[in-house]
Amino acid sequence: MIEGTIFYWVAFILTALIAVFAAVMVITRRNPLHSALFLILNFLCIAVLFLLLNSQFIAIVQVMIYAGAIMMLVIFVIMLLSVEEEERRRKIPVSLAQVIGVVLVLMLLAQLVGGVGVQALPGEQGEFTPERMAQVGDIKVVAGLLFTKFLFPFEIASILLLVGIIGAVILSKKER
Amino acid sequence: MPSTVPSIYYLIVSALIFAIGAVGVLVRRNAIVIFMCIEMMLSAVNLTLITVSHYLNSLDGVLMVFFVMTVAAAEAAVGLAIFVLLFRGRKTIKVDEINLLKW
Repeated sequence: MIEGTIFYWVAFILTALIAVFAAVMVITRRNPLHSALFLILNFLCIAVLFLLLNSQFIAIVQVMIYAGAIMMLVIFVIMLLSVEEEERRRKIPVSLAQVIGVVLVLMLLAQLVGGVGVQALPGEQGEFTPERMAQVGDIKVVAGLLFTKFLFPFEIASILLLVGIIGAVILSKKER
Repeated sequence: MPSTVPSIYYLIVSALIFAIGAVGVLVRRNAIVIFMCIEMMLSAVNLTLITVSHYLNSLDGVLMVFFVMTVAAAEAAVGLAIFVLLFRGRKTIKVDEINLLKW
């Protein structure tokens, strides 16, 4: 049992550090392509954190949709627009608006951390304990809920994706 | 079951990544980098939802993450199409220089 606990802690600390490091690199790199690659690293680390939280389905979906599909699209667009050149100018001066923005975000961070830190999380326990999930299987339980309790949002999501496809095609269609 | 890491550490990591993403949205000028920071913030919120749903032994958070990912995918498709269109019209995607609704 104690080996399992140590494993959880080591894996958590390593992935959390790499995730935060990759997030910092995303916003500091000049070249958007480097940002994109570090963002993929961040997504993969978050997928590992999902695995540590015992939700295998979401971890796989994170790797496939975020790290796979969305980031592939982003890198494709970065290469299509070839915007690396204009980012490679000399140092841009920091404006007052940016400083104020960073200060506001630091206050937001203090609020978020303080909000979760001062008291225990409220809420009542649900029925899906890890033992039951391990018995039935994560994907089976999620699929069961998706097609019963969440059937209507599921259909809305499919319509949203359809609208997204149509919108993307119409937007990128050349006129005439 | 070995005892896992307490939920609060996951929430703090998620808050950190969310804040870094917010800084990126406010500070960067390249529209694609801003878009990537928004994706990072969405993913940090997903981590919060999964953490709380793990803590409460519930699956509602997992399903909500599923729908957030759907919205993120649709947003990626439409947003990147808009960037391509902007670049075609204005030859730039720096948000400082995109200051007209119509040209």
